[in-house]
Amino acid sequence: MPVSYAPRDWSSQPRSIDPAYKSTALRGPTKPLIPIPQSLSELTGPVYGHDSVGPLDPDLIRNGRRDAEPLGERIIVTGRVLDEAGRPVPNALVEVWQANSSGRYIHATDQHDAPIDPNFFGGGRCATDAEGRYRFLTVKPGAYPWGNHANAWRPNHIHFSLFGPSFLTRLVTQMYFPGDPLLALDPIYLSVPPGARERLVSRFSIDVTEPGYALGYEFDIVLRGRRETPMED
Amino acid sequence: MAPKQTPSQTVGPFFAYGLTPEQYGYPLASIAGANLAGSDVHGERIRIEGRVLDGEDNPVPDAMIEIWQADGRGRYAHPLDARGSNTGFKGFGRVGTGTDPELRFVFDTVKPGAVDGRQAPHVNVVVLMRGLLLHAYTRIYFSDEAEANARDPVLAAVPPERRSTLVAQREASPGGVVYRFDIRMQGEAETVFFDV
Repeated sequence: MPVSYAPRDWSSQPRSIDPAYKSTALRGPTKPLIPIPQSLSELTGPVYGHDSVGPLDPDLIRNGRRDAEPLGERIIVTGRVLDEAGRPVPNALVEVWQANSSGRYIHATDQHDAPIDPNFFGGGRCATDAEGRYRFLTVKPGAYPWGNHANAWRPNHIHFSLFGPSFLTRLVTQMYFPGDPLLALDPIYLSVPPGARERLVSRFSIDVTEPGYALGYEFDIVLRGRRETPMED
Repeated sequence: MAPKQTPSQTVGPFFAYGLTPEQYGYPLASIAGANLAGSDVHGERIRIEGRVLDGEDNPVPDAMIEIWQADGRGRYAHPLDARGSNTGFKGFGRVGTGTDPELRFVFDTVKPGAVDGRQAPHVNVVVLMRGLLLHAYTRIYFSDEAEANARDPVLAAVPPERRSTLVAQREASPGGVVYRFDIRMQGEAETVFFDV
């Protein structure tokens, strides 16, 4: 088999247990991970692409609309999904979910005392094109409080979930916004080592911004790359 | 300069309406769910069920489990598997632990065949939850495959005293064959997680 994948870049990943993020204490694995060879089980993975995306799925401004526009600042979020050689990852499913502009999730267990927007759902998906590019429309999510520590607030963020071409390229992450003062105080963002965490912050782009309509943000996502070396047999 | 890997972040507590919407009653179609095997799929029907337990042995109510498996003949529905999965079996399932009264994940699927001459039949697993900053990889093996398990190169890489954490126990129930597989995040019997 001519394909294998580069290892996870541990210098870019958070630790399993991070005292500043309290929920890790009882949930992060404590024993060392056991290395195993990459077999067909790891090199394959679920195949989802454009045929998994409905027409309104990439448009969070319209996919939860009942009788009016959702409240908040309209934004465009776009970027490329690449591998570590800079090659585009085409036809890759990108799933997203986020709070509304008040910082409230539609999720039933979110008890934050901020209004639900009857015209905003907050979940969506899109697929990358031949250049690895994805694009969706939404409103800028609000910050919200959480119970991790006294006066704890999550920075504005959008959750991302991607498969990529194999089970090894699975990635679940969060995209942040430039200049957010809460980043310096957020244990989840800070769980990623400095030098790597900055990759989670999107860039404002006047080129992506649509005149009279919505601000544009760019967020590129880099998945583990293929190596062309033969696999151990 | 070559780009560097995007770091992982936790899936958080509120993934359900984005990733498992139908299971939790949200108005968005799910790309995958608990039932992997339609009526036309070849293979032995099985149910895989278990709980995710934290370091105090409490079941986790907001975990998400994904499984990826070969079909009943050991073929993956993926372009790299040149043999071709010809059974209409996609092989991917995704379930949150928040809707079952006992906080279990439950998958209805077929028992995978052996994918090559070396590995025992197995299901590949990704574990995600609030408090887990990087998804964890593990595998489900089957208790009735003792002979194949004894030859399996992945199980062989695991210290003998920890191998049982990867083996689901087969039980016959009135509804059919059930394999029980609890995932323990920590403790003496912590499930083996892989660096792949």
